[in-house]
Amino acid sequence: MAEFSNLSIKETISSLKNKDFSVSELVDFHITSMESGRELNAFITETSDIARKKAIDCDQSYLKGEEKPLEGIPLGIKDMFCTKGVKTTASSKMLENFIPPYESTVTQNLWNDGAILLGKLNNDEFAMGSSNETSFFGEVKNPWKNIKGNFTVPGGSSGGSAASVAAGMGLASLGTDTGGSIRQPASFTGTVGLKPTYGRCSRWGIIAFASSLDQAGPITKTVKDCALLLNSICSYDSKDSTSSQKKIPDFEKATDESIRGMKIGIPKEYEADGISKDIIEYIEKGKEWLIESGAEIIEISLPHIKYALPCYYIIAPAEASSNLARYDGVKFTHRVDAENIIDMYEETRSQGFGDEVKRRIMIGTYVLSSGYYDAYYLKAQKVRAMISKDFKEAFSKVDAIYGPSTPSTAFELGDKKKDPLEMYLNDVFTVPVNLAGLPAISVPVGLDRKNLPIGMQLIGNSFDEESILSIASCIEKSAKFDLNPNRWWINE
Amino acid sequence: MTIDSKLVERIAKLSRISLTESEINNLSSELDNILNWIEQLSELDTEGINPVFSSFDEEETKYRTDEINDGGYREDIISNAPLTEDGFFLVPKVVD
Repeated sequence: MAEFSNLSIKETISSLKNKDFSVSELVDFHITSMESGRELNAFITETSDIARKKAIDCDQSYLKGEEKPLEGIPLGIKDMFCTKGVKTTASSKMLENFIPPYESTVTQNLWNDGAILLGKLNNDEFAMGSSNETSFFGEVKNPWKNIKGNFTVPGGSSGGSAASVAAGMGLASLGTDTGGSIRQPASFTGTVGLKPTYGRCSRWGIIAFASSLDQAGPITKTVKDCALLLNSICSYDSKDSTSSQKKIPDFEKATDESIRGMKIGIPKEYEADGISKDIIEYIEKGKEWLIESGAEIIEISLPHIKYALPCYYIIAPAEASSNLARYDGVKFTHRVDAENIIDMYEETRSQGFGDEVKRRIMIGTYVLSSGYYDAYYLKAQKVRAMISKDFKEAFSKVDAIYGPSTPSTAFELGDKKKDPLEMYLNDVFTVPVNLAGLPAISVPVGLDRKNLPIGMQLIGNSFDEESILSIASCIEKSAKFDLNPNRWWINE
Repeated sequence: MTIDSKLVERIAKLSRISLTESEINNLSSELDNILNWIEQLSELDTEGINPVFSSFDEEETKYRTDEINDGGYREDIISNAPLTEDGFFLVPKVVD
């Protein structure tokens, strides 16, 4: 049985074609993994019955030789994606009993390709957080404990998505990334995570956080699996006005391309920041791997990148305060009864939202309020323009930008919970990418001296996921990161 | 700029969130911290810069035809509401 969990999607599909095992056996294995990993708290809702039923149909498809590209592949889905008839909570008390009457476009694309829903994954409440500690359903534990044997966070907001893949519960998962919510958890858990270009995937049916920044993307064990899932979830969607009509390339093919002659930029601004020593060592190692593979390393400058975080913490809360206005006790499950409608709104929102969500709604409301709009919101959108221009100029000289995904590896549970600002600073390398709408991938390269995974980030030019997939694939081959966490959560 | 409890109460009112005394105290120091850190943006000269509200700038994006092409989901739409009657959302009385 153990061989199932070590297989990539690509390998699983070829085994299923060979009839080495059936989809039902595969799905049963992952249901068992999910059930025995409950201590990790990665799943909010397990959909074992749906999975077993669909597995029978998938086995029929293989028998008839009519299998679709992801036929029979069990996947976990972040609880930010609406799944028709299956509870979708955004990890909030506000949506504790919400059952969407419709399916998000990206998940529908996966089911159309034959994939199977294994369960809905825990995340920071409304995707606001970097440690998965803000969830109404409790924190998620990282399958990787540190060398002291202490629990660490899986990162966030897609903490359940990353932890489940690292623990072998499901072959891959779907996350959302507004400021690093796919890449930071991937980096903390030794998995691969990709945020596509803004507009590549439809946002329809994703519970909105910050609409000009949100994107869906895969978390997988390998770069090739990432490409496979990306090919499935991307599509033009008339239901999302910022959905791109550009042609969707063969991403899988890109993972086999040579990077010889590619120009890869390293921003000189990165060096100044407080990056851990082990991560700096791996940045250097990665640089050597890239040079050995025939790429050229070029120093670039992104002069305004240090303003990306404060800029983000105006724009994202502003958009969130507007998006979350819909949770008013009228349409979505949770309501606190009161005498008049204003009290009903205020009590419903007070009890339905957690601390971090309230904090961000408050910041957003403030920066948009009369008298402060120009000083904060408009100012931030101008800074955003300057950051985008920095990237544009960089991409006139290079094919991709290389650097770390995070300044540190996974921190201990509870470590940064008390200081919201310190938590925000963890997203220093991921946030600029969302502001500029660019694609980026985090790929695991090794372990630090605390025995925790390190991830490197590659940022691509707009709609050029192919280059970063080629480079990430090359780093993956050189790093040979195939370490699995010690499965402490399984009781003998 | 300091965020005092008075300002926090005003923002809470605008946000339609009721807060307890201790939440107001915590939020005023947290928001004060965060907004002071955000203040560093003021050192940037943004004179003459056009703001960018979205990174999406596809030229081929077209307006769709203004016609009904979907609908009829009344039951679905109200299915998650806490209180409904005759296909309507029910709220506390708003006019006398």
